[in-house]
Amino acid sequence: MGASRSYLRIGARHILLIVISFVMIYPILWMFFSSFKPESDIFSTSNLWPTRWTLKHYLDGMTGASGVNFGPMFLHSFEISIVVVVGALFSSSLTGFAFARLQFTAKRFLFGFMLATMMLPAQVVLIPQYIVFHKVGLINTFVPLMLPSFLGTTPFFIYLMVQFVRGIPKDLDEAAAIDGCSTFRLFRSIILPLARPAIITISIFAFYWTWNDFFSQLIYLNNPNLFTVPIGLSMFMDNMGQSQWGDLFAMSILSVIPILVVFIVFQRYLVEGIATQGLKN
Amino acid sequence: MDTSTQAVVVKSNSVVNRSSKRTVLNNLSAYGFMTPWLLGMLLLTAGSMLFTLYLTFTNYDLLSRPQFIGFANFAQIFKDQNFWTSIRVTFLYVVLSVPARLIASLLVATLVSKQVRGIAVYRALIYLPSLIGGSVGASIGWRELFDQNGPIDSFLKLFGIHGPVWLGSPATSMVVLVLLSVWQFGSEMVIFLAGIKQIPGYLYESATIDGASSFQRYVRITLPMLSPLIFFNLLMGTISSFMVFTQVLVITDGGPMNSTLLYVLYLYQQAFQFFHMGYAAALSIILLILIALCSGFIFLTSRFWVNYDV
Repeated sequence: MGASRSYLRIGARHILLIVISFVMIYPILWMFFSSFKPESDIFSTSNLWPTRWTLKHYLDGMTGASGVNFGPMFLHSFEISIVVVVGALFSSSLTGFAFARLQFTAKRFLFGFMLATMMLPAQVVLIPQYIVFHKVGLINTFVPLMLPSFLGTTPFFIYLMVQFVRGIPKDLDEAAAIDGCSTFRLFRSIILPLARPAIITISIFAFYWTWNDFFSQLIYLNNPNLFTVPIGLSMFMDNMGQSQWGDLFAMSILSVIPILVVFIVFQRYLVEGIATQGLKN
Repeated sequence: MDTSTQAVVVKSNSVVNRSSKRTVLNNLSAYGFMTPWLLGMLLLTAGSMLFTLYLTFTNYDLLSRPQFIGFANFAQIFKDQNFWTSIRVTFLYVVLSVPARLIASLLVATLVSKQVRGIAVYRALIYLPSLIGGSVGASIGWRELFDQNGPIDSFLKLFGIHGPVWLGSPATSMVVLVLLSVWQFGSEMVIFLAGIKQIPGYLYESATIDGASSFQRYVRITLPMLSPLIFFNLLMGTISSFMVFTQVLVITDGGPMNSTLLYVLYLYQQAFQFFHMGYAAALSIILLILIALCSGFIFLTSRFWVNYDV
């Protein structure tokens, strides 16, 4: 009696979980399968599964048969995202190490300031930055999208690094000092390798925030030859004719695949990273 | 001066010279490490803030020289019908989406905290929308989901309900945006999940022995133990809801009839479509103040409901 009851409860739990999971991923599934349907079937049938499969939308989107060529946009998005990851790692590891390990004047004040900037809405600094980049002629280049990451403008990454480095035993520093290790050697050869989980977490976040970023790419890039995936998608949606939903869905699906791949490969680190963010605050 | 450096100075009183030399060296090396961030902070953050402040008192269109106009931007903002609309609409969005996300993430986190077969897969699937939800691609899909003859309408038809023209009417367009926000409760869920796992099991055991029902255990143990995380998610969710942009631009572009003219969208229009840089700078300062006030309010109330003794 008791056993069958608990089976029932586990069964009910599975059903509930399946229903919730299905509702959550239904929009993605719908877009995914629609991208393989012939144009006429996308809105005329409520069947999720295509009756006829076609790759036309993917080929058209990537090669530009619909007037917009997404191929180069993917390259641009990759280029920007990867450089931003490098920049974020560079600035956050150096600064994070200094805050976690070194003694210096005004440390508390600067750390407090850094934390305060975490709450600062990007829009407050975006307008002046846009004006400056405009004045020095860097609109329609990738510089405004890449440069800030090298200057540590995402305080969350620095915070993450500080928290992680603080957790590395201090005995290592002392041992290194006794062996005559310079501060930079300590950072480069001891702390940095040990901070790998933090480095991975920062890389993932930096990658997918940049990949998904729309606002700054929208304002800094007006030249279609420099468009990134998010801008390409939004422009395509505004300009397209009646019969290109399939192309749009196909490119939307492609646009989220890098995120999914990064998520699947690094899932463990990502979830830990988010959990630390929540718990240590 | 930092307290630990002070300690060093006090200890080696007799060799003051050497230790102050060391302080200088320490500072040099630390600031060396922090140069990139310091540059960014001075130029891009602090510098930009000051520049924004200056711009708020000007009329500037990027082409001609900025004109100093005192408080005229603010005076105009408070008379601006669209500004008040965007404030009203933004508060509506925040008030609807933040609590809904919190409740959804709490309930689902509780559900996925139990060990059942394949739980990692369920968690990953539920988390998935949060990863891609902010992207243009997902926003496009969401828009078409609510299109006429789209899947939502087809689903409602199964129950004989004739769905509204979701994005065509001011009454329902906001619902579409709020639902998109709720759909992305995954990151809050993960934080709650981590919190639930930290709650010591003996609390539940002794409550069970005392005859507490599972509902009572949830309300008297789980919720208070999670309150610091509820606070964190509430604060972060409120701040990020004030700044929502991509989804709004892609799905409704503020329409119909300004019913979804969220604040940052209005700011974007002023700055980058009409090039009213001074006006937009003033809008951004008001946004900063609004966010600070709301965060402050949440902080103030938190002492009445956040439980820090574990």
